[in-house]
Amino acid sequence: MRPHNFPSLIRCLCLCLGMAWLLSAMPARALTADDALALVEGGVADRIDALNRLAGAPDERAAALIRAMAAREVQVHEGRVFISGADGVRDAVTGEPAELPEGAQDVMVNNRMRGALQGALAALDLIGAPPARQREAAATLQQRAFDEPDIDMLPLIERALAGELDEAARASLLMAQAAVLLDSEDEARRLEAAVKLGGARQPVVRPLLLQQIERESSEEVKAALRQSLAALERSLQRNAILAQVFSGVSLGSILLLAALGLAITYGLMGVINMAHGELIMIGAYATWLVQVAFKQWLPGWFDWYLVAAMPVAFMSSALVGAAMERSVIRFLYGRPLETLLATWGLSLVLMQGVRSLFGAQNVGVENPAWMSGSVTLLGNLTLPWNRLFIIAFAGLVLLGVAMLISRTRLGLFVRGVTQNRPIAACMGVNTARIDTYAFALGSGIAGLAGCALSQIGNVGPDLGQSYIVDSFMVVVLGGVGQIAGTVYAALGLGVLNKFIEGWAGAVLAKIAVLVFIIVFIQKRPQGIFAFKGREA
Amino acid sequence: MQNSRRFTLKALTVATVLGAFGLTAHAQETIKVGVLHSLSGTMAISETVLKDTVLMAIEEINAKGGVMGKKLEPVVVDPASNWPLFAERARQLLTQDKVAVVFGCWTSVSRKSVLPVFEELNGLLFYPVQYEGEELSKNVFYTGAAPNQQAIPAVEYLMSKDGGSAKRFVLLGTDYVYPRTTNKILRAFLNSKGIPDSDIMEEYTPFGHSDYQSIIAKIKQFSSQGKKTAVVSTINGDSNVPFYKELGNAGLKATDVPVVAFSVGEEELRGVDTKPLEGHLAAWNYFMSIKNPANDEFTKKWAAYAKAKNLPGHKDKPLTNDPMEATYIGINMWKQAVEKAKSTDVDKVIAAMAGQTFRAPSGIVSKMDEKNHHLHKSVFIGEVRGDGQFDVVWKTPGPVKAQPWSPFIPENKGKKDEPVKK
Amino acid sequence: MSPRSVKLPAPGPLLTRGGWSAFMVALLVVCAVAPVLNLMVPKDSMFHLSDYMVGLLGKIMCYAICALAMDLIWGYTGILSLGHGLFFALGGYVMGMYLMRQIGTDGHYKSELPDFMVFLDWKELPWHWALSDSFIATVLLIVLVPGALAFVFGYFAFRSRIKGVYFSIITQALTFAAMLLFFRNETGFGGNNGFTDFKRILDIPIATQGMRMTLFVITGLTLLGFFLWAKWLVGSKFGRVLQAVRDAESRVMFCGYNPLPYKLTIWTISAVMCGVAGALYVPQVGIINPGEMSPANSIEIAIWAAVGGRATLIGPIVGAFIVNGAKSILTVSFPEYWLYFLGGLFIVVTLFMPQGVVGLVRRWRGGPQARRGPEQAPAATSAATAAARDDVPPMVAVPAEVKA
Repeated sequence: MRPHNFPSLIRCLCLCLGMAWLLSAMPARALTADDALALVEGGVADRIDALNRLAGAPDERAAALIRAMAAREVQVHEGRVFISGADGVRDAVTGEPAELPEGAQDVMVNNRMRGALQGALAALDLIGAPPARQREAAATLQQRAFDEPDIDMLPLIERALAGELDEAARASLLMAQAAVLLDSEDEARRLEAAVKLGGARQPVVRPLLLQQIERESSEEVKAALRQSLAALERSLQRNAILAQVFSGVSLGSILLLAALGLAITYGLMGVINMAHGELIMIGAYATWLVQVAFKQWLPGWFDWYLVAAMPVAFMSSALVGAAMERSVIRFLYGRPLETLLATWGLSLVLMQGVRSLFGAQNVGVENPAWMSGSVTLLGNLTLPWNRLFIIAFAGLVLLGVAMLISRTRLGLFVRGVTQNRPIAACMGVNTARIDTYAFALGSGIAGLAGCALSQIGNVGPDLGQSYIVDSFMVVVLGGVGQIAGTVYAALGLGVLNKFIEGWAGAVLAKIAVLVFIIVFIQKRPQGIFAFKGREA
Repeated sequence: MQNSRRFTLKALTVATVLGAFGLTAHAQETIKVGVLHSLSGTMAISETVLKDTVLMAIEEINAKGGVMGKKLEPVVVDPASNWPLFAERARQLLTQDKVAVVFGCWTSVSRKSVLPVFEELNGLLFYPVQYEGEELSKNVFYTGAAPNQQAIPAVEYLMSKDGGSAKRFVLLGTDYVYPRTTNKILRAFLNSKGIPDSDIMEEYTPFGHSDYQSIIAKIKQFSSQGKKTAVVSTINGDSNVPFYKELGNAGLKATDVPVVAFSVGEEELRGVDTKPLEGHLAAWNYFMSIKNPANDEFTKKWAAYAKAKNLPGHKDKPLTNDPMEATYIGINMWKQAVEKAKSTDVDKVIAAMAGQTFRAPSGIVSKMDEKNHHLHKSVFIGEVRGDGQFDVVWKTPGPVKAQPWSPFIPENKGKKDEPVKK
Repeated sequence: MSPRSVKLPAPGPLLTRGGWSAFMVALLVVCAVAPVLNLMVPKDSMFHLSDYMVGLLGKIMCYAICALAMDLIWGYTGILSLGHGLFFALGGYVMGMYLMRQIGTDGHYKSELPDFMVFLDWKELPWHWALSDSFIATVLLIVLVPGALAFVFGYFAFRSRIKGVYFSIITQALTFAAMLLFFRNETGFGGNNGFTDFKRILDIPIATQGMRMTLFVITGLTLLGFFLWAKWLVGSKFGRVLQAVRDAESRVMFCGYNPLPYKLTIWTISAVMCGVAGALYVPQVGIINPGEMSPANSIEIAIWAAVGGRATLIGPIVGAFIVNGAKSILTVSFPEYWLYFLGGLFIVVTLFMPQGVVGLVRRWRGGPQARRGPEQAPAATSAATAAARDDVPPMVAVPAEVKA
């Protein structure tokens, strides 16, 4: 009837789902040693067959074995199968505690096997499992239904819908049902399904609808399908633009973090610090060290290492920055071009120092659990948690700096020295010390930027080099003297970059942004927010 | 007091001078081996470990009595990831230090920049990294994989049932010659298997690119058109880390869209949280997790060496990877060839290299082809495990002969499978 | 009031007596001694100049030309460019295109097109390769391409009165953007592989001793020629205005000079010099790749000038030799320490040796002349520096122009 092919995976799923329904009333089949062996050894196709047989009517032992295999906790040795779970090693067939013998091999699970295991588990967990598991199982089923809808799934879905279900799981199953019913014999049901699918937001539904429109005979259903398709496409387009805006804001927040410190020091001292990237790198390495310390001494609190790392990163970069200022930059006051060169030399020394201390390789920074994964809004807009947190973090840092500059005494002095150094000195402000503090503040912010960057990119001695040109551009574009300029420049550049990247690719986007800045500066040399007059 | 000090000083000086003479006299009895790998700069991350592999192999060979009774003396230079410096150092090794052989290079640029030097001065280079082919020089032995020994078997696996029966492909790479050529070959191969161009998406990112949000969004969109999609990644270097992180965060699991990478090995996974990457694939001719006696021996030797020499990173967590294995095979084959030719003269050694065999850590008996200067290699497909190692899920039944001039590039018609005399 | 004609002091001789003799010696070494030592003295003799050294010295001489160019704009005009490597690389690429065409059908694919175009599936040469098979056109383009880019960029930048640190950062952005552009394979310049494997120049094989020596001699003569020209330039009225612009630009404007044409001219000349240096560099080194455009390379050019001594013309040449010589030695013997050395050099030279090596030498030779160093600028700021050291802020705000 239908012209497409059935991948064997879907066949298996249908088979085991069908059997699950059929045999659910029959007594469960006990797991034998042969069954267990057939599941863990041999060719993948045979193992999937064995899985289907077991999943048809699994007893407690078989279900446990299937779960353990999906979690890669199964070993085999000379015909005996072991599960190493949280409560120790057990024999898979009897469930009794056992000793894991020398030379026990891990059972190999490849992608295909894993997919089949997930399908079997979804079938198992659909009825009578805890809500979280039900949601996952329903989502897996929904995904399969969208990929390759099969009318054989219907009985199981309807049975599940009849019983106790978590709300989110129910919604997923209703969508799955609609996808499956799209090809039903009954026109009324088809119409119902077409309308229901208008609420789906997954892009994979689109080919499904298109296919059905081609096959459909009834005009009414066709119209409903077209409407649903239009709604879906509108939503997809809108979400695509929102996704681009989000990635632009995310990039902008990173640029802001990286450039904020530089803007402060440049506004205050007219010093462009070429070692700024290395201060970012030091913050990132500090985060890594905190992570290592937590892993070693406080493994239970590992997820919170990031919170502890923030002050550490700030302080370490601030101290290095203060040291740089006191030892080198102070003596080059009034010679900004030489400061450029001297700080470039410092950056080389810092990079090589880190290389000698920690090796030239990148170091691995693991994300804490709450930074991994993503949240899905509006159906298919996936926003990764780490980027969301970084945007929030950048906002917090900005707020903190703004408050510092506008409400504290140090901030007052910094503003005073920026606006008019000699008069501030006449007022009794120790400008040299303010220089050091401001430089330390700017460096500390760079350290915080490094802390954030360690979560999304590599941490290696060359980390700073990738962000230095961007930081300069933000500062040059944003102008000097006001933080608002840096904010607008950073966000603007981020969004602009991402939008151009959408249709021209990453490299051309970057080049376009650089050329734009070069041209903009010709027209308005003082940047967006001019604080001082025409002083370059 | 003064006198005795002065005397000691004089004695020491004389001793040192004599010793130096002795050493130089002794030095004349060594065979010099050049090591041309970047120890600083962007490529240091990958290449430093190859330098150490050569040094370890030299130590091992010297402990067994050296080559033809003479000890091997390594001459290590640092071209600092700077391509013109590679050519300069190569010339220095060949003319000033007069080395008998050079083990070096990683990127194709570095190899292409030293190639004219080796051909002009008739030197000998062993190149251990997988590359794009399209080259066959008399003065180079390629111990890494050619595209038909890595890329094509990987794509065949993806199209097979076990690999997920992929019907749409995303060819994602870093923008330089290796991914470009490999993707060209793969496109021709896929077309020949009936996959139309509309089902192939080709994307390139620059070196050091770290913001993969847009690319992941594109992949998601491309893969949700109804057919099973797989990604073939020739992303190089540490761009892989943000790519995989972004992939994991976006929820693209290996069971939905498998990614097979050609430049991601054990070393590259060192800095990554591998839990979200479980199930993604890599194609190589060697994995550290392959279980056989030769590999056990090799990994143990490396662990001991790394600990003894206090190598950063490897002293705590020693990892071996494919280029290291290729280097190890190369230097051992060279030693065998020198002993067969009874001389270090380059032309004689080149002739003696033909047909050399060696028990490789990958489990096969590796063989240097008689004519085309490439090794016969088995191909392994590995899935990423949670601990950063690879599970071998498939391998070729036997070693595959290299085709440096890929038959999928029409301009290669009529090219001979051996170096052309210039 | 009619403008009185001021009698300017006559410019001194181009070079002092000592200077001329040193120049003749250098000329002799380049044209006669080096070729003899390389080509005629047998290989095992102690006096033989190896091919390796010839290549190395040729390369360093190209760098010295760049350093000289940098001195003209930084030492004498006060413009610090952190993107001069771009012009160097552009000259190199123009020469590289010619050399790639000279390979002809000897490439791997026996095609008229360079190898990298073949495997990118291009069927014909893109437009920007149109003139690359003619040597005359190549020579003209080596001058025109960097010159035109410098002219356009400089015109707009100087017209908007962008100076100081902003200008340096903008030049850095320019070279970075160009580097990204050239790394793309689609741009048609070989991408990351660049151009390599050259066979011939003017149909003469390139990998021979004779050709290598010829390139060496040409480079040496170019360096010496540029040196004389630069010496004449800075001694002329044009040069005086440049130095005035460096010291006090506003005052120069009030005196009735428009700094724009002066800055623009010297900027373009300096860019062309770098382009020529790049064109001579590529056949000697055998490869050009977008890495030459990296900001780090351009910043190194500035340090050669600073190490040698700015505003001395001979200083940057000396600086280039010192730094690159050290690089060649240290990356062999102590590769891990090379970057410490280079970074330290930057810091030490800017802090303690603002006059560079040549300045130090002159001070040792003694005389009040020596103490003045590169004109007024550091003198005014040294007061500020001394003040800063005592933690007392200067009473007088240092005007923007004097910040150099």
